[in-house]
Amino acid sequence: MSRTRALRIYIPLAFYAVFLLLPFYWMLVTAFKENQELLVTPNPFLIYHWTVEHVVNLLTQTRYLTWFGNTLLLSLGATLLSVAVSYITAYAIIRLRFPGSRTFGTAIFLAYIVPPAILFIPLATVLIQLHWFDKLWALVPIYATFLIPFCTWVLIGFLKSVPRELEEAARVDGASNLLIMWRIIFPIAIPGVITTAIFSFTLSWNEYLYALVYMSSPENKTVSVGMTSELISGDVFQWGQLMAGALIGIIPALLAYFFFAEYYVAGMSGSLKD
Amino acid sequence: MPAVLILGGLLAYPLLLGVWLSLTNSVLGTPGEFVGLKNYVDLVSDPVYRGAALFSIAYTFFAEIGKVSLGLILALIVNQKFLGYRLARAVMLMPYVAPTVLSALAWLWLFDPQFSAISWLLMKFHLIHSPINFIGSPLHAQISVIVVNIWRGLPYFAIGYLAGLQGINKDLLEAAAIDGASAWQSFWRITWPLLLPVTTILVSFSAIFTLTDFQLIWTITRGGPTDATQVFTTLAYQRAITGGSLGQGAAVAISPIVLMIVFAWFVVRSVREDRATV
Repeated sequence: MSRTRALRIYIPLAFYAVFLLLPFYWMLVTAFKENQELLVTPNPFLIYHWTVEHVVNLLTQTRYLTWFGNTLLLSLGATLLSVAVSYITAYAIIRLRFPGSRTFGTAIFLAYIVPPAILFIPLATVLIQLHWFDKLWALVPIYATFLIPFCTWVLIGFLKSVPRELEEAARVDGASNLLIMWRIIFPIAIPGVITTAIFSFTLSWNEYLYALVYMSSPENKTVSVGMTSELISGDVFQWGQLMAGALIGIIPALLAYFFFAEYYVAGMSGSLKD
Repeated sequence: MPAVLILGGLLAYPLLLGVWLSLTNSVLGTPGEFVGLKNYVDLVSDPVYRGAALFSIAYTFFAEIGKVSLGLILALIVNQKFLGYRLARAVMLMPYVAPTVLSALAWLWLFDPQFSAISWLLMKFHLIHSPINFIGSPLHAQISVIVVNIWRGLPYFAIGYLAGLQGINKDLLEAAAIDGASAWQSFWRITWPLLLPVTTILVSFSAIFTLTDFQLIWTITRGGPTDATQVFTTLAYQRAITGGSLGQGAAVAISPIVLMIVFAWFVVRSVREDRATV
């Protein structure tokens, strides 16, 4: 390997690796380090005395497992609802060509770039009126408000590439709209469906603001909310426990990403392209 | 259609309700009375709000500059074929994929005034003499949250730019090289101009969400010290949820909408152009 190549690629890459991976490495070493060593150590980047105490305490003495279960159920529920509704909507926009379907497509895109930050206050009053406040399942339709526009937009892009002839042939053979939608087009759209499902799952898993504002009982919280509101009390930070929780909390999102990396990247570019 | 119901009921209605709330003196639990533009007038003369608006814009501005430059450089590196380039492309997305609150907690611990590992490292290399107080002073805290925002967002830009780079016709760059253009020249004369549309879309899109960022700042500084890192969203949260003044909070939350419409216009226009050319 030439020296210029090392200079041009590996050295800058090393800087990026340190910057981008530092917090993850830090979670890892902190989670398995004895408390004393967190404060006094010859080198904070190494572990001299291993311990699983933080992980054990987190799982047995806090509600972490409940929050983890809540987040998992919630993410799966919101994903299922959003992908199903989005598939039907995208199919309707692309194939049925009802009047105004193009405008509706643009409206979907606009809805997808409305940030939750400007909706959380009015939505709070809606939830109070509906008596949905502090009910975990209420977050499923709430998450669907930002997932459906996103998923529909990405699925429109996928469905556009499905040849029309396929559908017409099925129609000639006497297949109904419903049959075509689920039996003929759906199997072809599966890559798009997986992409949107992966994205919905990670977006739900990462959501914070809505869950923070709308869930108040400790047993209804999600991982991110529970960690920041219940595990941080006063000025004393249990860093070992917090980092153990952060480490376990990022695993589902990372698994979803690494197993479906190609779909994930397709979703990232598909989210802006049509 | 169910989508229309969900979007109408849980998106359009709250949006209008938000505008209405911002024109009332509503507090948690009561509908409040119509007070016209009073909330907005109050905000203009409110130093905390003005500080938050200013910092939101500065936060977005500097974070976007960082994400564009560092994201583009990373894309240029991983666009080449070298040992482990696939791994590098996969791993570089981790900050973007991991839940922001959880990685922000790791940053909070890295920013510890006494036991920061970053300070330890810098002291080891004799670059500083005593630990840096990363989030203790206003300016330090502002820089720190901007750096974390760049950390989180630059993979997104790198992926966007990587796709953009792969769309560039190699013949153009080869022809330039034959004509004697240096790598520097062909980057500024060919690559960068061709990446401008991608840049517009990435920046506008990311700016909408950076301007209304909440979780990162809330986890690391809660808007402090002394409101130095207060942004639209954290202030809206404090006014409406912690303080209970829904009307005031709604006005704070809605106030950046003018800026967001500008960015949204750029995004929609670029997406439409994209549709026309493909």
